[in-house]
Amino acid sequence: MSKVLISSIKEAVGVPRRFGDIVFKQLTMVCAVFVLLLIVAMGWQLTQSAMPAVKLFGFDFLSAKSWDPVMGEFGAAPSLWGTLISSFLALLIAVPVSLGVAIFLTQIAPSFLRRPISLAVELLAAIPSIIYGFWGLFILSPWLSNNVQPWLTDNLGDWPIIGILFQGPPMGIGLFSAGLVLSIMVIPFMASILTDLFETVPTQLKEASYGLGSTRWEMITQVVLPFAKVGIVGSFMLGLGRALGETMAVTFVIGNAHRISPSLFEPSTTIASTLANEFAEASGELYISSLLYLGMVLFLLTFVVLILARLLLWRITYQAKGRTK
Amino acid sequence: MDWHYFKRRLMNQVGQALALMATLFTLFWLVWLLTTLISQGWQALDLSMFVKDTPAPGAEGGMRNAIVGSLMMCLAGVAIGAPVGVLAATWLAEYGRGTWLASAIRFVNDILLSTPSIIIGIFIYGLVVVNTGGFSGWAGALALAMIILPVVVRTSEDMMLLVPDQMREAAAALGAQRWRLIIDVVYRAARRGMVTGILLGFARISGETAPLLFTALNNQFLSTDMGNVMANLPMMIFQYAMSPYSNWQELAWAGALLITLTILAINLVLRLFWREPKKGH
Repeated sequence: MSKVLISSIKEAVGVPRRFGDIVFKQLTMVCAVFVLLLIVAMGWQLTQSAMPAVKLFGFDFLSAKSWDPVMGEFGAAPSLWGTLISSFLALLIAVPVSLGVAIFLTQIAPSFLRRPISLAVELLAAIPSIIYGFWGLFILSPWLSNNVQPWLTDNLGDWPIIGILFQGPPMGIGLFSAGLVLSIMVIPFMASILTDLFETVPTQLKEASYGLGSTRWEMITQVVLPFAKVGIVGSFMLGLGRALGETMAVTFVIGNAHRISPSLFEPSTTIASTLANEFAEASGELYISSLLYLGMVLFLLTFVVLILARLLLWRITYQAKGRTK
Repeated sequence: MDWHYFKRRLMNQVGQALALMATLFTLFWLVWLLTTLISQGWQALDLSMFVKDTPAPGAEGGMRNAIVGSLMMCLAGVAIGAPVGVLAATWLAEYGRGTWLASAIRFVNDILLSTPSIIIGIFIYGLVVVNTGGFSGWAGALALAMIILPVVVRTSEDMMLLVPDQMREAAAALGAQRWRLIIDVVYRAARRGMVTGILLGFARISGETAPLLFTALNNQFLSTDMGNVMANLPMMIFQYAMSPYSNWQELAWAGALLITLTILAINLVLRLFWREPKKGH
């Protein structure tokens, strides 16, 4: 805000500040601080509800492999494993694809195509996750189990080291399908951030690159990508945060089995899908608080990832604002 | 020498082709998803959907109760979340501009924006459901309000920052108090973008399922009592899709089509015909 404005406001308001102004200012400030308190309250509340399980299991919870509510055994390892592997798979697909989409949209596509395609990407991002899950279970999974998975088993199943990933029953339900559905959800999300990011690359730099005789691809890899690299990593982290906590889409297709298996075709579970599936039927304080302990772990996990993501994107989001607008 | 140029040209072609393929790969899923939804949901979607309630297995029915419940909770969520969000954004864009507290709040708001909705669900469960003694429509509305809040803060602040300072200065020069200035000048100038942000937020919460699992649950019957469990479309889709009954599954497809069409329509209209605020990721 300019100095002129501040002094003119001070003059206009005069020495005795008017009642309405004070009330309105305080009101807006309370609402703003409320946002800050909300995240503190979330952390505190989750810790409190998880306390009984935290006290009983401690950190062993994270490495315990058994999840048997009937016997009162609760371990987070299978859910953690499923969460990490499915998110990793999702990013494995989504990282190159979303980069490709953003590059195509901002650097390659003729201008009459940009708007419709970016609109389509936005629409894909707006579809709720339950729709992805529903479709994934009834349409994608059968297709994967009939076409893709047998082919992978036949062609990659015998390979050393990675072969074991593709062995197992081609049921269409499991880590592989969950990772694929997650990637379909994360691609438009990341592509849209990356598109915004690439649009901030100054035209002069690109023209300078062309002027030196670069091909378009060389301009992209040597100017656009290096210019945006910090933001690119930030976008990937944001996508990771999204994938880690995604619930409904995964719940439908992962198969909900608390076990750790090297095969990607075996059913598994994630923290979010365990919560979604078991919460309604959970009885007993220990069961519920173990689920909430899982929730707390997920909160901390995504919290750390999101803080990193936002720190990396911070410069782009808030410094570019003054420049572009 | 020739080989060198050939390699560069080849790399150029291959790289661009890969980017094009990535785009087609992405669009492929959108097309597949939409055609499935339409082919599966269309014949089940008729007028009786809107006048009958969710049926027993094998019986005829609709989803009136789920539509009513979803609408009520989403509207209540917007009614709670949007005003708080606009006011918070007002402080960030006007009074607190440039302060460290504003930066901190902005940062936290961005984190909140990407916090998994299931976490918000269990937070409201612990805060509201446990303390009030049961699942309720109000708990669902609060969870949805918490999801829309950061969206509104982000879009409203962006839109208010777009209003030129000269307009504020002009109003101040005419003797307007600061709060009148904000309401009469800044809000008015940023109104369209702010409303767009709120409507996009509405579209987003109308498909949220995970938080409702822990708050509103579901209800087989029509109910407008927000103090009790409440039917809603996403939960209906979840339960009926997972059921073994074919008429329930058909209903779930119809519900999925309905919800998707609504969300896509809101998005399309806003993005095509209204000024687009910087989207909140």
